[in-house]
Amino acid sequence: MTVIRKSVSVPVFRRRVNIPALFLLAVLLVMAALTAASIGAVSIPLGDILSFNLSEQQQAVLSSIRFPRVLLAVIVGASLAISGSAMQGLFRNPLADPGLIGIAASAALAVAIVIVLAGPISGFFGLYGLSFAAFAGALIACFLIFRLARLTGGFSVTYMLLTGIAINALAGAGVGVLTFLSDDQQLRTLTFWTMGSLGGALWPSVIVVSTIVVPASIILIRNARELNVLLLGENEAKYLGVDAERLKRTIVICTALSVGAAISVSGIIGFVGLVVPHLIRLTLGPDHRLLIPASALLGAILLLLADTLARTVVAPAEMPVGVLTSLIGGPFFLWLLIKQYSGRFGL
Amino acid sequence: MIDAENITYVIGGKHILANVHASFEAGRITTILGPNGAGKSTLLKCLTGAINPTEGRVLIDGRDLGEYTLDELARCRAVLSQATPISFPFTAHEIVAMGRNPYSNNESVARNSHIADEALKLVDAWHLRDRSFPTLSGGEQQRIQFARVITQIWETDGASLLLDEPTSALDLKHQHQLLDLVRDLCTARRLTVIIVMHDLNLAYHCTDNCYFIREGRIEGGGASRDLLTPKKIAEIFDLPEKYAAQRFGVSLPG
Repeated sequence: MTVIRKSVSVPVFRRRVNIPALFLLAVLLVMAALTAASIGAVSIPLGDILSFNLSEQQQAVLSSIRFPRVLLAVIVGASLAISGSAMQGLFRNPLADPGLIGIAASAALAVAIVIVLAGPISGFFGLYGLSFAAFAGALIACFLIFRLARLTGGFSVTYMLLTGIAINALAGAGVGVLTFLSDDQQLRTLTFWTMGSLGGALWPSVIVVSTIVVPASIILIRNARELNVLLLGENEAKYLGVDAERLKRTIVICTALSVGAAISVSGIIGFVGLVVPHLIRLTLGPDHRLLIPASALLGAILLLLADTLARTVVAPAEMPVGVLTSLIGGPFFLWLLIKQYSGRFGL
Repeated sequence: MIDAENITYVIGGKHILANVHASFEAGRITTILGPNGAGKSTLLKCLTGAINPTEGRVLIDGRDLGEYTLDELARCRAVLSQATPISFPFTAHEIVAMGRNPYSNNESVARNSHIADEALKLVDAWHLRDRSFPTLSGGEQQRIQFARVITQIWETDGASLLLDEPTSALDLKHQHQLLDLVRDLCTARRLTVIIVMHDLNLAYHCTDNCYFIREGRIEGGGASRDLLTPKKIAEIFDLPEKYAAQRFGVSLPG
């Protein structure tokens, strides 16, 4: 049996484009943000925003509706993409994503518990109850993984993956039971939450989410070089002076915090965390020092575009943005996979 | 200089290693030989600190392995493990440059990149520099990984180099090239070299000392040229003596 392997040369431009690529993505992000701010029920021409030539009503729309929403889309998109790239590095698998270790499923379970069992709540907790629940659910999943990992003494990636599958199944079963118990209104709320939406964007949520996502992202970027080395294998990383246990812990905690915060304001938005790092890896290479910041920018751009589309396509109603990202992301990802794997081994 | 003192490794009630004493000298290539499952790789893992022995200790230059920080060890010791698959499309050069990780804070990126290039030339893999690592053949990947390992102790005298079956996927030419390179480095920089290998011919010709290990116990150690005889090999590998003699053709006395 002979396997014919043809090694693939990496395009020359790949290693020359680091800074320009980041700059280009940043410019694109600013352009996308301004465009998104100008589109909506009240049309505000781009020129007017740039020249501050705005009526009182336009100012009000921008500052209390559009800007929080645009910023939230940027932060959530960046957070999902960064977490995706860090998880893929941690699991040494380009198909990993934060959902894999049960973070999203646990958040959904916590939200279902609040919706179905707590009944209608009013006041402050009524407004932010689901966010708290989702965040707590994500952190509990993370905590559970750590406890279970400690039982075996090690922090093996395979073990963590299998634990994640079990947590996913359990949380799914829990959501199933609660769905069975729920009445029509609760079921509707729960279903819409799992489809994801940025419709609830307000300044407080923007501020709270960024105080969690920004530091977590900075920590992940600072660990990018060591994450590269971890891809050689856990023992190899240790031989190269990387404290693999500490690194894995840091990555799981930062990812859980960051994804938990994102999910808490947006519900479940699929495919951003999976597709974005993949796209960056194809064009700019797998080096996490570039991959993580570039994924953040591209994730922000894509979610911003998707959200703008979601709120304009069927206006005055709104499409759940999670549905839209999966609807576009799914076929696109399949196309990528087919293109990449046909006639080649690996890459 | 690495010493193993009374290493015992027990897992699930089974003795993988029992009271292993071994000494690996600086400036010498020492090989660990033995049949499958004898405990060679486990011993190597104990020597690197990847696993902690149940009993006994490992000394590097007279100092207990546990007293070194990860960073100190990374600067004075390099380890080539058996192949781990890498699923991300790093270039060969990027992989080799990772060997410079312990020096990333006090050497410039350009300098580390230059060292990676030099190492690629040494292992005859310069033409693979910009190739995607996961698409290379097993032997090419092994040479790239070896290049990464030597960049780690590029400028260090008296460092240690531990290799687990470094030639398993290489063709004849590259087997000899790699072991010649190990010999040169060993002499020039007084490295302590430990190699786990299966090829007895290579062991005979390319190493100074050897330890035989069988069922977790050391079954003799000394100069490779004295110890590698058909009789001893027949005993260790549980092989009729005539096969053991055939293995060596005419190159061995006895």
